[in-house]
Amino acid sequence: MKKELKLTVNAKPYELAVEPRTLLVEVLRNELGLTGTKLACSSGSCAACTVLVNGKAVKSCSILALQANGKNILTIEGLANGANLHPLQKSFVKNHGFACGYCTPGMILSAKALLDENSNPTEREVRQAISMHLCRCGTYPKIVKSILDAAKMIEGD
Amino acid sequence: MIRDFVYFTPKTVEEALALLSQYREESKIIAGGQSLLILMRQGLITPQYLIDIKGISSLDYINLDAKEGLKIGALTTHRAVETCPVIGNGFSVLADMEQKLASVETRNWGTIGGNLCHADPAGDPAPVLIALDGKLKMTSLSGERIMVIEEFSKDYFETVLQADEMLSEIQVPIQPPHTGTAYAKFTLIEGDMAIVGTAVSITLNSKDRTCNDARIVLGAVAPIPMRAKNAEKVLVGKKIEDDLLEKAAQVASEEARPIADIHASEEYRRELVRVLVKRVGGEALERAKGA
Repeated sequence: MKKELKLTVNAKPYELAVEPRTLLVEVLRNELGLTGTKLACSSGSCAACTVLVNGKAVKSCSILALQANGKNILTIEGLANGANLHPLQKSFVKNHGFACGYCTPGMILSAKALLDENSNPTEREVRQAISMHLCRCGTYPKIVKSILDAAKMIEGD
Repeated sequence: MIRDFVYFTPKTVEEALALLSQYREESKIIAGGQSLLILMRQGLITPQYLIDIKGISSLDYINLDAKEGLKIGALTTHRAVETCPVIGNGFSVLADMEQKLASVETRNWGTIGGNLCHADPAGDPAPVLIALDGKLKMTSLSGERIMVIEEFSKDYFETVLQADEMLSEIQVPIQPPHTGTAYAKFTLIEGDMAIVGTAVSITLNSKDRTCNDARIVLGAVAPIPMRAKNAEKVLVGKKIEDDLLEKAAQVASEEARPIADIHASEEYRRELVRVLVKRVGGEALERAKGA
């Protein structure tokens, strides 16, 4: 039996009817067409599916969509301001912070959650924020650099 | 796809208990779902009725009373425990433990009560809470009961919770003076489940600094978190020096009942117990001296 789900995603309100067993990532990708959020391991082990729920990083494959009822979701699609990339996105481009790009949306959103709370993180704090985000391409050093550089860019504004 | 279920979102504890009383073994409680959803997606757990208690805000709290100690609502997220100043100041071992538990994403949504009820023998909170002499409050329509945490786990992924009961609160007493508690686990990647976990609490006598009490709790070496009571006896009543810690660690590694699995052999787990009990015991002793 479907239940009503009300979400705000990237500042847009949505009203849907979903089966309770639906995961948040399925709503984002299949119902809302926001395929920037990637489904990689399907077992809660890789954090590629990370989105922000009320500002907190969560794995969207590991929560029931209905648990996000009434909440604000930010996906990778919501970061840029029109054609203006977010400093994190600019930094990942500048610093080659991705190879295949599959882990990237999750990395960037966790980084955003970190920088929103801690505008001048140490390298250790950056590594803790992206802990257990798996990058099969092994781009980790450049990911860390991208995030540290983005912090400087934001501070410099 | 997860098998379909009837879904409830009680707003109060009473509503949740009424549902539990009605559906009992056919139902499962979901809080943060960070452990449960993985099993449901694999088809290992297929409840007909899912009682989602994540919205019960009355179970989300951290309170400190100068006499009664710390009271943590079962629905408090790991992240809240990790970052709470009250815990960082007076019960910092809980913050240390939470910092190494999975990742930020899991801790933002998963709850400490859910973790305890999942009863994974490699879980982090249980050994630490046992070392701190913690208790749990369980609630049903018939009333409440309080139990020491070390009696809560019965077997792998099995607790003493009755079908109509839920965990409501975690209680940690004010620690005696000159008590230090520490926790460490061995993992390949930071955040992984413990291959071996060790929590040690040491209380020193205020006059002669001998050991008044020692609690050595091991995770992932038995079906439930286990106290290495023979190892504890090695320390109690004595002045703890390095070689005594080594002896206690050796006894603990013999007391442990680890199995071999994909992560480690039985022998390696015993060796990890020996190393960790000495290391964590030393850390607890230093904290006790400073307390």
